[in-house]
Amino acid sequence: MDKPLRVLIAKPGLDGHDRGAKVIVRALRDAGFEVIYTGIRQTPEMIAAAAMQEDVDAVGLSLLSGAHLTLFPAICKELKKKGLKDVLVFGGGIIPDEDIPVLKKAGVDGVFGPGTPLQTIVDYLKGKLAVAR
Amino acid sequence: MRRGDHAAASRALTAVVNDAPGSEALAKEFFKASGSAQKVGVSGPPGAGKSSLTGRLIAHYRAKKLKVGVLMVDPSSSISGGAFLGDRLRVMEHAVDPGVFIRSLASRGMIGGLTYAIFGAIHVLETLGCDKILVETVGTGQDEVEIASVADTVLYVTTPAMGDEIQAMKAGAMEIGDIFVVNKADLAGKDKAVADLKAALGLGHSAGQAVKAWEPPVLATSAKNGEGIVELAAALDGHWTHLRKSGEGRARLKGQHATELQFWIQRRVIKSALDRVTDKILEDMVLRKTDPASVGRRLLEA
Ligand code: B12
Ligand SMILES: Nc1nc2c(ncn2[C@@H]2O[C@H](COP(=O)(O)OP(=O)(O)O)[C@@H](O)[C@H]2O)c(=O)[nH]1
Ligand SMILES: [Mg+2]
Repeated sequence: MDKPLRVLIAKPGLDGHDRGAKVIVRALRDAGFEVIYTGIRQTPEMIAAAAMQEDVDAVGLSLLSGAHLTLFPAICKELKKKGLKDVLVFGGGIIPDEDIPVLKKAGVDGVFGPGTPLQTIVDYLKGKLAVAR
Repeated sequence: MRRGDHAAASRALTAVVNDAPGSEALAKEFFKASGSAQKVGVSGPPGAGKSSLTGRLIAHYRAKKLKVGVLMVDPSSSISGGAFLGDRLRVMEHAVDPGVFIRSLASRGMIGGLTYAIFGAIHVLETLGCDKILVETVGTGQDEVEIASVADTVLYVTTPAMGDEIQAMKAGAMEIGDIFVVNKADLAGKDKAVADLKAALGLGHSAGQAVKAWEPPVLATSAKNGEGIVELAAALDGHWTHLRKSGEGRARLKGQHATELQFWIQRRVIKSALDRVTDKILEDMVLRKTDPASVGRRLLEA
């Protein structure tokens, strides 16, 4: 049997909206992932260090405060600095459509806003990580 | 890795925990390099403050420039195979400290509060050069006695609110604890809880039982405001000294190796045999073409 895939769900910055992140954690756990949750108020350095020590396959970022254009790219940079080039970065929260291309360019592979069916996110992750394996 | 390369340690942990091809050769090296760190098991019911106390102990050891490795085990769902590994939340402040390495592990089918790969993971952290290794168990509130054959020192954590439960505490927990802690001492009722626990431990000595060389201390701590942490660390050091000066340390190490061997055999022999149970075999059993003993022997011998 295949070993479970590991995902870190992180909340960078000062944003305290954690419901969405917790919903994602639950959905991924129920879909067979081993999910590590960092809690709120994490710096890009803390998130990258946690991703490295936990040796995760993917890092999911949740942000509703509007600071995604600075924080998400900063985290991608920090992950690369730690040598984690193959880790899939994805995210969600309140993110305007026009910001998505900017985030993708910075290294965020997929972005999912409010109302996205959880199954869509699960299928996306399984698909991406199956290819990576 | 011996020079403290966290990235290398992290990859090694994955290989060992996943039983990846080639990991056995690595595991042999890690075992040779291991055996000198103090392994502290942190056990107790859910919500008692195991993770929070672990965070406090990390800070205490770091102030003394000791390297700390942390393994935190949470249960895997038996249905989805997934797991929510939530302990890290309480120790995130230490994430960026190069002297601390923290890894969350899922129980992956093992009952008893740990995971079959726990020894392999410990040996990786020992090879990384950790002086102290903290192992937090699942904390089911059930008897989690396995930790006693994995750790050198078992810390058992309760709270004032668990007063009545202490009375009913399973004999198992009483016997495996080397140090008992009433955490959340900032809340009301700590003195009574400490007294109750001491009384319960005293009753644990049956007549005729030899006087123990180590009397488990009962301490009050607060992971919230830091009360009692220095005393707790001193008790942990005291137990470590006791283990090394008496023959007890070596006896425990042997017990750990016996358990490690048991886990290895369970993982390889039993699990690999069970993995080979096919639907065809079960179908043949339904038709009474074969029986458990015949199939069992064939699978074990294959
Ligand atoms: C509930 C809520 C709160 C609660 C939060 C409770 C909590 N613990 O989470 C409270 C009342 C505390 C709160 C406070 C504030 N809030 Co508020 N809040 C909301 C509200 C109404 C709903 C958010 C929510 O929980 N949704 C339900 C969850 C399940 O959905 P979700 O988080 O969007 O997650 C889904 C997707 O986005 C996605 N997703 C999310 N994360 C991730 C991660 C990954 C990896 C993936 C794949 C997907 C994904 O999947 C999820 C499931 O579909 C939104 C408005 C809205 N409709 O979104 C405002 C909103 C987010 N809040 C807002 C504001 C301004 C605030 C405050 C600053 C208000 C104030 N002035 O005090 C404070 C700040 C608090 C703080 N410390 O950060 C603004 C943000 C504006 C912006 N971005 O520019 C919003 C958008 C309201 C608005 N229209 O103005 N808030
Ligand atoms: N008041 C108080 N709360 C605490 C203390 N230690 C932990 N907690 C809280 O108790 C809850 C459970 O703590 P956690 O460390 O996750 O417990 P665990 O399940 O045993 O690992 C959290 O909300 C903590 O903030 C303490 O000493 N005092
Ligand atoms: Mg915990």
